[in-house]
Amino acid sequence: MKPFTYERPKDIASAIKAMRANPAAKFLAGGTNLLDLMKSEIEHPPHLVDIGRLPLAAIENTRDGGLRIGAMTTNTQVASDARVRSLYPVLAQAIVSGGSAQLRNKATTGGNLMQRTRCAYFYDTAKPCNKRLPGSGCAALGGLNRNSAIFGTSDACIATNPSDMAVALAALDARIETLTAEGATRSLAVADMHRLPGDTPEIETELKSGELITSVIIPPAPPGGQIYRKVRDRASYAGALVSVAAVGGRVAWGGVALKPWRAEKTEAALVAGIEIPEAVGAELATAEPRGANSFKITLIGRLTAAALGETLAGRRA
Amino acid sequence: MSSVKDWAVPNPVSENRSGIIGKSVDRYEGRLKVTGTAPYAYEVEPPSTPVYGQAVSATIARGRILGIDTSAALASPGVKLVWTSENVPKQAARGERANPRSQRASNPTMGSDAVEFYGQTIAFVAADTLENAKAAAALINVTYDAQPATVDFLASLDQAEMPPGEDDTEIGDFSTGYRESSVKLDETYFSPIANHTQMEPCATTAWWDGDKVTVHTSIQMVKGGQHALAETLAIPSDKVHLITRYIGGGFGGKGQSYDDLTLAALAARELNQPVKVAYTRQQMFQATIHRPAVQMRVRLGAEADGRLNAFSIEAITHCARNVPFTEHAANFSRSLYASPNRLTGHRLVRMDLPGAGPMRAPGEATGMLSLECAMDELAEKLGLDPIELRIRNEPTVDPETGKPFSVRQLVSCMREGAQRFGWERRNPLPGKVQDGRWLVGMGMAAGIRGNFLLPAKAGIRITADGTVTLSQGMTDIGTGTYTILAQITAETLGVPLDQVRVELGDSDMPPAPGSGGQFGAATAGSAAFETGMVMRRTLAEMATGDPNSPLFGVDPTLVTFANGNIALENRSESLSTLIERVQPEGVYVEGSISPAADARDWSQHTYGAQFAEVGVDVVTGEVRLRRMFGVFAAGRILNAKTAKSQITGGMIWGIGTALTETNPIDPRYGSFLNQDMAGYLVPSHADIVNVDSMFLDEVDDKANPLGIKGVGELGICGTGAAIANAIYNACGVRLRDYPMTPDKVLKGLIAKGL
Ligand SMILES: Cc1cc2nc3c(=O)[nH]c(=O)nc-3n(C[C@H](O)[C@H](O)[C@H](O)COP(=O)(O)OP(=O)(O)OC[C@H]3O[C@@H](n4cnc5c(N)ncnc54)[C@H](O)[C@@H]3O)c2cc1C
Ligand code: SF4
Repeated sequence: MKPFTYERPKDIASAIKAMRANPAAKFLAGGTNLLDLMKSEIEHPPHLVDIGRLPLAAIENTRDGGLRIGAMTTNTQVASDARVRSLYPVLAQAIVSGGSAQLRNKATTGGNLMQRTRCAYFYDTAKPCNKRLPGSGCAALGGLNRNSAIFGTSDACIATNPSDMAVALAALDARIETLTAEGATRSLAVADMHRLPGDTPEIETELKSGELITSVIIPPAPPGGQIYRKVRDRASYAGALVSVAAVGGRVAWGGVALKPWRAEKTEAALVAGIEIPEAVGAELATAEPRGANSFKITLIGRLTAAALGETLAGRRA
Repeated sequence: MSSVKDWAVPNPVSENRSGIIGKSVDRYEGRLKVTGTAPYAYEVEPPSTPVYGQAVSATIARGRILGIDTSAALASPGVKLVWTSENVPKQAARGERANPRSQRASNPTMGSDAVEFYGQTIAFVAADTLENAKAAAALINVTYDAQPATVDFLASLDQAEMPPGEDDTEIGDFSTGYRESSVKLDETYFSPIANHTQMEPCATTAWWDGDKVTVHTSIQMVKGGQHALAETLAIPSDKVHLITRYIGGGFGGKGQSYDDLTLAALAARELNQPVKVAYTRQQMFQATIHRPAVQMRVRLGAEADGRLNAFSIEAITHCARNVPFTEHAANFSRSLYASPNRLTGHRLVRMDLPGAGPMRAPGEATGMLSLECAMDELAEKLGLDPIELRIRNEPTVDPETGKPFSVRQLVSCMREGAQRFGWERRNPLPGKVQDGRWLVGMGMAAGIRGNFLLPAKAGIRITADGTVTLSQGMTDIGTGTYTILAQITAETLGVPLDQVRVELGDSDMPPAPGSGGQFGAATAGSAAFETGMVMRRTLAEMATGDPNSPLFGVDPTLVTFANGNIALENRSESLSTLIERVQPEGVYVEGSISPAADARDWSQHTYGAQFAEVGVDVVTGEVRLRRMFGVFAAGRILNAKTAKSQITGGMIWGIGTALTETNPIDPRYGSFLNQDMAGYLVPSHADIVNVDSMFLDEVDDKANPLGIKGVGELGICGTGAAIANAIYNACGVRLRDYPMTPDKVLKGLIAKGL
């Protein structure tokens, strides 16, 4: 691990100021991802700005009947919040399907959204990886890529985004609110905050350098059931092979792209009254498997059809 | 030399007057471990401030190092030394391992510029802190001349050859027997490479005192490690003091020493300062031994009534090019089922990978995955219950050697298990039981694992305060060795358990072979028992020969030992009174065990029957264990709690083998894909629901004077196959390719139109 300096600002303004003073610095939230990456010599921030004590850990009702979730709430706190559980069961299910209890106790809402891929080659500094070392190549292409993406890939990167929470938030049409290094507030849809790899897989989100996520705002849920279902190689403590968040007729997928993937073609087909299997097939028709991961197409299709069968049961019966 | 007849004579352990044997005694060192105060090798406090070492690993599988640029590392903060093959201190050449189980040969590091596997140590950095050592290690720049490497096992099967010094074993005429059988099975199964994944990495803290080095290291075999280091450094072995008090998991992976030991000792000498070296998690995966992949062809020929007429297992496995090791995946089958015509053997592919080596139940753990599925498949072809098929092939003597069994309760294990598990509720037709989106099925498998006894010594000291201390160069790799040795010593000497101390893991102590091959408890325990018997005789003679003892003049062979007293009828005194008076400095004796001359006249094994119920998600192909039960027969059980822990641990590992564990090798690099515990999937708590087991009453008086046998490896034997069979019973998908991940099951479900 490279030596680094550290500070713990008292308020949001000083946190932003610290980032402005040191553009290569990184925010440290729960540290469950960033510290691992530093110990593995994958990230080398010269300075850490610990946002752990910033007053961003509240869950508040919004005027329209939704929730505003502070960026520093822990995953455990959000998943066990009574309002979250009743209004957005899909979110609670998604969060508890991630990591282990210990990780969820430390992991924060902001950190979870910003966590980096679990691509095994990204973690192996002896291997080429465009995300880790731009221009070095992609070891997963032509490698052991059973768990790589089937949507939105490029020849520069075929990794997936590992966040379960983000998939549920995308299906809920949630937005993040941020504070830029210049002190401006802006808002972005969770479904739009991550970038597809293109030629620059090292640029992962639409956030600018030093930009702080302050909260996540979830609008009232649409009618219909909510389900998060995750397929994984073991019963717990494993990333998704694929996952689906179904909220009424809205569908977001995890484990299939470098961002939570809203299956817009499926959603549109459902609105047009097309039967579930065909509607799911509409989005799957655009999938691009990379060899060993082609099973994901069938798997996500079956999983989604089953999930929609439940969330739309009332409406379609 | 003793005979098994001598062992059958009643003794303090078999009489168990204090009832300490068999009891659920808590771990001797449990409190230290759960409170984090048991010092593991890396945590041992050295006599002065230590330096921290970090090995640098090769990133090609085969070739030569053209150059290593160490300048940036040398200039990095806190760095004390940087070594490559050019400047590492001279060590002995790599020793030939006459026998792959002997880990005593020299084990030099960075001996040349040749790279023989990905992960091999090619440089070493020592610095004032671990962070500085790691940061400097990351600055080392290596250029290679990479050469083509053989790293893809399934693509290299054509290179399989007969393992050195081995032959196939054939009895009767397999080909004819098979041809003439009315029901035949010919299937090929595959089990992949598995990693030991111990929690504690290989680690050493070393320092020198003149020409003598003290090393605290994590190794299963004290003497093996001591000799290996002495050979490597070309110093006498009494100049190596090796200590291994606590081990955070070994499973066979720490049966040998690694470069942490050599490098810590070398660097401590060079720097004249204590040095700590540990493998990183990544190095544990890339640079220590693994369980090799096995492809196994099973051919079974049976008569319509189920009796086997022809039996064959041909196993192909692999090892490192220069480190012979054979995963004997067929050996166990030579003692399992009766069949007049038999053919079994192994082939070996030499590959440019780190060493293949033993992992919990080497041979059985892989081989049973195949044979016990094949038996399930054959039962279905015959329309027989899988248990009934096995009972019909139960041999009366060892089917290959013709030797009698010492004791064999395999059929009882299966019957007892069937009854307790509710086997009669299993629908033999697959895919018939549904619970919501889960298809539910049951499967079973038999288990067998050899039993061994090796030569060992022990020492017992009793001090004037009555404290009894057993010392032995044995290891406790987390299995409960401390505890059972305390129990055996207490029961043998008739003293309360809390009066007994156990000191293990020191090369200055009377030697024991260490932990491996589930011979640990039997070997170390028998030596402790024999030493206790020497102590009894010594004390009896001391008391009966002392005019001040109430026992003066009585026949020393008649005295008894109980409650901390030595007694005959109503005459008695406490051991502490006796010792205080006669030999106040304390009494110390040594004793030993060696195999009986005629022990191998019997076929000796431990047995089990494994039962599993799984659910298969009909949508996703995910398999989840619902419950598992095992019945085992493994001789006298010394400690109900530690024995059950061992068996449970083995069964849990079998769940991983069946469902999750694999580490694919990237053929372009020769490296493992998974190099941490987030990627290499062992069962998590949620994967382990309702795992239970029981032991049948048993004493094996041919095994050793205690009548005990090993339990450490038995629990994994057959488990994976029971789960595979349950998957088939649940959904009708027969997989022969471990682990049975959702993608494979899903493919099968779709092929069945599900
Ligand atoms: C073994 C393991 C298994 C896991 N399994 C899963 C899983 O199954 N599903 C899943 O979803 N996750 C999983 N995780 C990931 C875990 O959820 C994340 O590590 C965690 O959510 C990150 O949160 P954190 O607060 O610890 O972030 P940190 O590690 O502190 O930060 C992560 C990144 O986010 C940035 N950041 C943090 N907060 C903010 C903010 N407010 N604004 C801007 N940037 C910010 C940091 O600078 C850093 O770059 C797993 C992690 C591990 C180690
Ligand atoms: S898929 Fe992306 S993260 Fe993985 S190796 Fe390729 S570039 Fe790196």
